[in-house]
Amino acid sequence: MSELLTIRDLKIGATAYPPGEPPQWLEIVKGVSVTLEKGKVLGLIGESGAGKSTIGLAALAYGRGGVEISGGEVLVNDRDILQSRQKDLRSLRGGEVTYVAQSAAAAFNPARKLMDQVIEATLEHGRMSKSEAEARAVNLFRVLGLPDPETFGSRYPHQVSGGQLQRAMTAMALCPAPDLVVFDEPTTALDVTTQIEVLAAIKTAIRETGVAAIYITHDLAVVAQVSDHIMVLRHGETVEYGETDQIINSPREEYTRALVSVRKIQHVEKAPKGEPVLKVENITARYRGVPRDVLKDINVEVYPGQTLAVVGESGSGKSTLARVITGLLTPSDGQITFDGRTLSPAMPGRTRDDLRQVQMIYQMADTAMNPRQTVGTIIGRPLEFYFGLKGAAKRKRVAELLEKIELGDGFLDRYPAELSGGQKQRVCIARALAADPQLILCDEVTSALDPLVADGILKLLLELQAEENVAYLFITHDLATVKAIADSIAVMYQGEVVRYGPKTQVLSPPFDAYTDLLLSSVPEMELGWLEDVIEHRRMESAGN
Amino acid sequence: MALVVKLLVQRIALGLLLLFAASILIFVGTSMLPGDVAQEILGQSATPEALANLRAELGLNEPALTRYLNWLGGAVQGDFGSALTNGMDIATSVKSRLSNTLFLAFWAAVIAVPLAIILGLTAVRFRDRWPDKVISGFTLASVSLPEFLVGYLLIFIFAVKLRWFPSMSMIYDGMSLGQKLNAIAIPVLVLVLVVLAHMMRMTRAAILNVMQSAYIETAELKGLMRFTIIWKHAFPNAIAPVVNVVMLNMAYLVVGVVVVEVVFVYPGMGQYMVDHVSKRDVPVVQACGLLFAAVYIGLNMVADIVAILSNPRLRHPK
Repeated sequence: MSELLTIRDLKIGATAYPPGEPPQWLEIVKGVSVTLEKGKVLGLIGESGAGKSTIGLAALAYGRGGVEISGGEVLVNDRDILQSRQKDLRSLRGGEVTYVAQSAAAAFNPARKLMDQVIEATLEHGRMSKSEAEARAVNLFRVLGLPDPETFGSRYPHQVSGGQLQRAMTAMALCPAPDLVVFDEPTTALDVTTQIEVLAAIKTAIRETGVAAIYITHDLAVVAQVSDHIMVLRHGETVEYGETDQIINSPREEYTRALVSVRKIQHVEKAPKGEPVLKVENITARYRGVPRDVLKDINVEVYPGQTLAVVGESGSGKSTLARVITGLLTPSDGQITFDGRTLSPAMPGRTRDDLRQVQMIYQMADTAMNPRQTVGTIIGRPLEFYFGLKGAAKRKRVAELLEKIELGDGFLDRYPAELSGGQKQRVCIARALAADPQLILCDEVTSALDPLVADGILKLLLELQAEENVAYLFITHDLATVKAIADSIAVMYQGEVVRYGPKTQVLSPPFDAYTDLLLSSVPEMELGWLEDVIEHRRMESAGN
Repeated sequence: MALVVKLLVQRIALGLLLLFAASILIFVGTSMLPGDVAQEILGQSATPEALANLRAELGLNEPALTRYLNWLGGAVQGDFGSALTNGMDIATSVKSRLSNTLFLAFWAAVIAVPLAIILGLTAVRFRDRWPDKVISGFTLASVSLPEFLVGYLLIFIFAVKLRWFPSMSMIYDGMSLGQKLNAIAIPVLVLVLVVLAHMMRMTRAAILNVMQSAYIETAELKGLMRFTIIWKHAFPNAIAPVVNVVMLNMAYLVVGVVVVEVVFVYPGMGQYMVDHVSKRDVPVVQACGLLFAAVYIGLNMVADIVAILSNPRLRHPK
């Protein structure tokens, strides 16, 4: 056995400075041990805050922000890197061990050419000559399926797409011929159709270079495609460690079972009933200064108490549609009918009651709330604004709403900073409900949440829909979410609705090309899924 | 590339428009002063006939717009008219004065700009450690002291006690470069001390801001040396704010050095203007005002042009 990486009883923490209290030591990783052989891939999985990125960075002896490694050993090639001097650490980082960040768009220096950045570490550590490094980089670009591998490196980061940048970052990590690469959520920020390409490229590159890797993600279906072993983490502790096959097919721990079976909410679609609450007809819209239409002739309907899921990649116009419906963006053509009457295309032309009837919930609950207001004030504001409630009546209604979102009135005087991600999103839901609307526009409301938390939010939304008979227009890029919540689905691509109808119909063959691509790109919790899809696509394109 | 050219043309056009607006302000402002030029020239001996003759001769009976256009037309061709007090051609006097001022400003900038940037980079490299604190403390102290005080202090040390440099910075045409530099050594030092802190602190702040970026973490995880990270990864992204503050200080070196010129009896633009303001020599004041405005607007325009050119998104569009 040749162990490349040995982590023994690793303890990592950070000092927190709560206002008005003495500094506190918070333990983030509480004694984790694991080993990794040469050429193998270890998947680290867990929710945010589980300590997976922190462990990944510990393989480079690096603590992000104020994070400090407080105990244990990290051995790379039998050397304890936690005891290394600064000079030796530098040759480890970017030489023996390299790192691929979640957001390659932010991780590349905007002012320098890709090639300079890709070969920089290789040259810095004297691992190759410049011409060798460049040749290796070009070869990696080719393996990773980047366009024009010969000239790709002469571009600047902003000149290539997000998926290409993520692959370029993988090339950057592999260029020095390291022993170990740490992939930190490399596909999380990508669209599902791009994710599958990047995932396949990473897998090919790992196989061809024989490098060992730590693959960090919160998506078990993704990690199942690339890793040999999986470690499930929660609150900085190991929940379960085993071979990928065992974790996916026969998980031992309750928590792992929950992760494996996540997103299996069953929702039976409801048939359209009565008059649609929202009718979007022939909507065409563009942003000022942009010489093309962002929305092209959109026609959709939402029925009372039902959910229309609008699904598509980033840039497909989903959020713009929501902006048009709220009146924030005036369409150049078409009309919006709400509850039988035509809405003014621009917000200033709408009555306060029009505004009340359509509420919004956003992706980033963090930025959608004023951090200096308490939960009570945040939820109370629409009560005051639309219904003129004050004092005890308002407080009572806020408490009821908190009850509905399963938080309870103990949260009345808390500030957003004192809530978890899921709780924040619940408060945003309560704020939308406070206006007693007929329609709520949900813009990627679960995208920033961990799978289990997201499941909880979806269940809550479904329950509230049953109780309040509120309709949702649910914008998402995640097809699992769509399956869980939608009654009807509109698939958007480049500003057009390419497929629209009841859920079962949209999700059943025959598919149009785009919907087929979209559906087949959603990772499934099944070993060998990635290979099957790639093989299938290769054969199809060969057949054509 | 077309986008960059468009932006640059826009920026240059805006600069010219600003300069035009400044010329109107200067002309209107000086015209609003009580009394008129003919009165000033003739003084006590003014008889109504003499006044009328002189006014006609100077074109003061023309409408304001015509006078403005005549003045602007002359100024554009480098003709600012002649001074009222001594009848000398303003352009000729300004030429030698301006070149003296630029000479002083140039040497102050040559020392101060690289020094400020190196000190800024060093302060970032040793952030919150003693070199950072010493640099910050020293530059803050130097900017807090009024420049005339620093001037007299340095005269006392270098001219009176050590006798290295002269206390008065008289320069004239026949001097060699070495002699000139020797003459302006102390004022250059004063100016360096005055502008250093601002540029250094801005460099430090701009780079520290960039140091928060994710790509700096990438560079750290590549195992690069700390100074390499600052120089190669942080600085190129901090150029725009740094150049901006550098240009503001360069402008100050040209238009704001009156006090230093007076302290060192240096024959520059500032002194020239102050002299003629006190004598109410309006054409000279107008000429100086227009030149100062041009320098200020020009340097800020350069800063914006550098900012546009240093933005890779504009330089290399998709």
